[in-house]
Amino acid sequence: MANLKDLAKGNKDLFTGGHRACAGCGAAMIAKQVLMVAGPNTVVANATGCLEVVSTIFPYTAWNVPFIHSAFENAAATISGVEALYKSWTRQGKYDKKVNFIAFGGDGGTYDIGLQSLSGAVERGHNILYVCYNNEAYMNTGVQRSGATPKGADTTTAPVGKVKQGKEQLRKDLTEIMVAHKMPYVAQSIAGNWRDLTSKVEKALSMEGPKFINVFQPCRLGWSYDPELTCEMGRLAAESCVWPLFEVVNGVYKITYKPKEKKPIAEWIKLQGRFRHLLKPENKPLLDEIQAITDKHWEELLKKENSNPQQNQVKVT
Amino acid sequence: MAEAMRQINPDVVAAYPITPATEVVQIFAGFVADGLVDTEFVPVESEHSAMSACIGASAAGGRTITGTSSQGLALMAEMLYIAAGLRLPIVLADVNRALSSPINIHCDHSDTMMVKDAGWIQIFSENVQEAYDNMIQAIKIAETARLPVIVTTDGFIISHGMERMEIIDDQEVKKFVGEYKPEYYLLKLDKPITVGALDLTDYYFEHKRQEIEAMRDSKSIIVDVGKDFGNKFGRPYDLFERYQLDDADCAIVAMGSTAGTAKVVVDDLRSKGLKVGLLKQRVFRPFPKEELAEALKGLKAIAVMDRSDSMNGQEGPLCLEIKAALFDKGLNKILLNYIYGLGGREIKLDDIEGIYRDLIESLKGKKLDKIIYLGVRE
Repeated sequence: MANLKDLAKGNKDLFTGGHRACAGCGAAMIAKQVLMVAGPNTVVANATGCLEVVSTIFPYTAWNVPFIHSAFENAAATISGVEALYKSWTRQGKYDKKVNFIAFGGDGGTYDIGLQSLSGAVERGHNILYVCYNNEAYMNTGVQRSGATPKGADTTTAPVGKVKQGKEQLRKDLTEIMVAHKMPYVAQSIAGNWRDLTSKVEKALSMEGPKFINVFQPCRLGWSYDPELTCEMGRLAAESCVWPLFEVVNGVYKITYKPKEKKPIAEWIKLQGRFRHLLKPENKPLLDEIQAITDKHWEELLKKENSNPQQNQVKVT
Repeated sequence: MAEAMRQINPDVVAAYPITPATEVVQIFAGFVADGLVDTEFVPVESEHSAMSACIGASAAGGRTITGTSSQGLALMAEMLYIAAGLRLPIVLADVNRALSSPINIHCDHSDTMMVKDAGWIQIFSENVQEAYDNMIQAIKIAETARLPVIVTTDGFIISHGMERMEIIDDQEVKKFVGEYKPEYYLLKLDKPITVGALDLTDYYFEHKRQEIEAMRDSKSIIVDVGKDFGNKFGRPYDLFERYQLDDADCAIVAMGSTAGTAKVVVDDLRSKGLKVGLLKQRVFRPFPKEELAEALKGLKAIAVMDRSDSMNGQEGPLCLEIKAALFDKGLNKILLNYIYGLGGREIKLDDIEGIYRDLIESLKGKKLDKIIYLGVRE
């Protein structure tokens, strides 16, 4: 795997500066790092959302690779059409380049409205990489709850009020849903750990078939923290196991980062405005509950890794 | 339609099955399975994804076709507007079927009419031959106009009817449609483009204006392609067909298979000395306003047959547009609107003869309702 210097050498401007993302935006960081690995022979499809809005305000574009945005719920279907043409032309002898096909979607466009399109594209086995930049709410429209929003978070459509303490439901475990598709590569990564993200993208792009990376993306606007803390917010999420870093290669789990000492989620929560209410004494039971859920998920993940078949691993080709 | 698709041999077909368009997709999948086409077939999980994948494939530089009907077209509606706005020459075979609710699988034109303002050229077919011929022409029209095209055929009546037709030689079709050579496309990696950028108040209007102009300009492209097709294969096409119209006093305007039925009635009534005619509208989008008004100006009474309703307390969609065309020409005619055949309710020779009789009576001064719901139990 390349170091950052090598990565930046040739491909640092495939997603250029000058876009209109917020200071400290994790999504822009993810797009840039993914393209650094993918290189110029890449076609990108993007769901409607923050990343698309900030990067393609006509007549400007931040994308120095071919890029298509068509709608919100269909990045996976759109890229599968591009990839289908590639297959057709290659088979007809009209095209001889090797191309990466990458779709970006936020959690709204991936967990919720775009889930069907993603599931269909994966089931059909297109040779694509889908990257979800998961900031845990509909940030582009002003911080509304999504299927990815964690329990207890304050959003504009599940706000903290006199009788409610933010979102009441658990977030959907989309990564596991993708694992259930028996696809070649599924991973969780994080904005703020470039090495983890770029090595996962590199591995994904080396594999044939559909790949999915769920990248946790701190959002300074929606999470309400100081913009310089984005990378720190990501790292804390991994250290507290709120967002474990792992990959599932052909069904085999591998945790790619195990904190030496698991931090309490309060360390991560206390830096964010969206969880401020959880630190009130009367909300201690809720905070404890969220800690317990986090611990349980981490234990389950450890078990999955431990129960991997060491031999006779089924290789999906 | 599937046979025309085989001969066109598109790069990508992305489609989802829906009655009564299923056969188009199914037969074509058979061609793919037998290696008769070079097409990459994408069996998507919904019509929304069908059109999304078509948009991806077309923007990437490929010749792209899909087919659907009714609810499928409705589910695609969002993406139809986007395909047109992105100026992608996708061709869609729409087998006309009523929209829910109530759910119904039979023919009316409500699906096509629902998306009449989506920016797609719309061409109606009278019979199997026309459905086939129109598909072949649609490719050329779309790629020249840089607009997507819907070719419609009436569900079950045409789609599941047995008719004789002439098939053009494979090589001739190939020659007629030519190679698709877009200027900019996604797979042209050395010239990266951004497709589907965000237009705000400063550019949206200009881009829409260009699209509007393209739709207007497509009229002459459709006429040229229709003439060219006629010269090569002996079956010329125009924006509409005049049938016994020149010396007629009264005429029906209709689209799709009903026009075929009406021709039989016209022949019969003509043999009895009645000066009746038919205008079969083929191209609904762009709406050939001036040409229609010109063709209808000599008539004294007109009946417009709408196989869908506008649900606006006024006439059906075709009648409203005919009315506007006549108004612009300063033509004040007896104009009756017949809403018929919703949900596949059969339209018979007698029904159409009744319409001509109504027109003749109204010429004699009889007052009739402006909108008549034909064949419905009130």
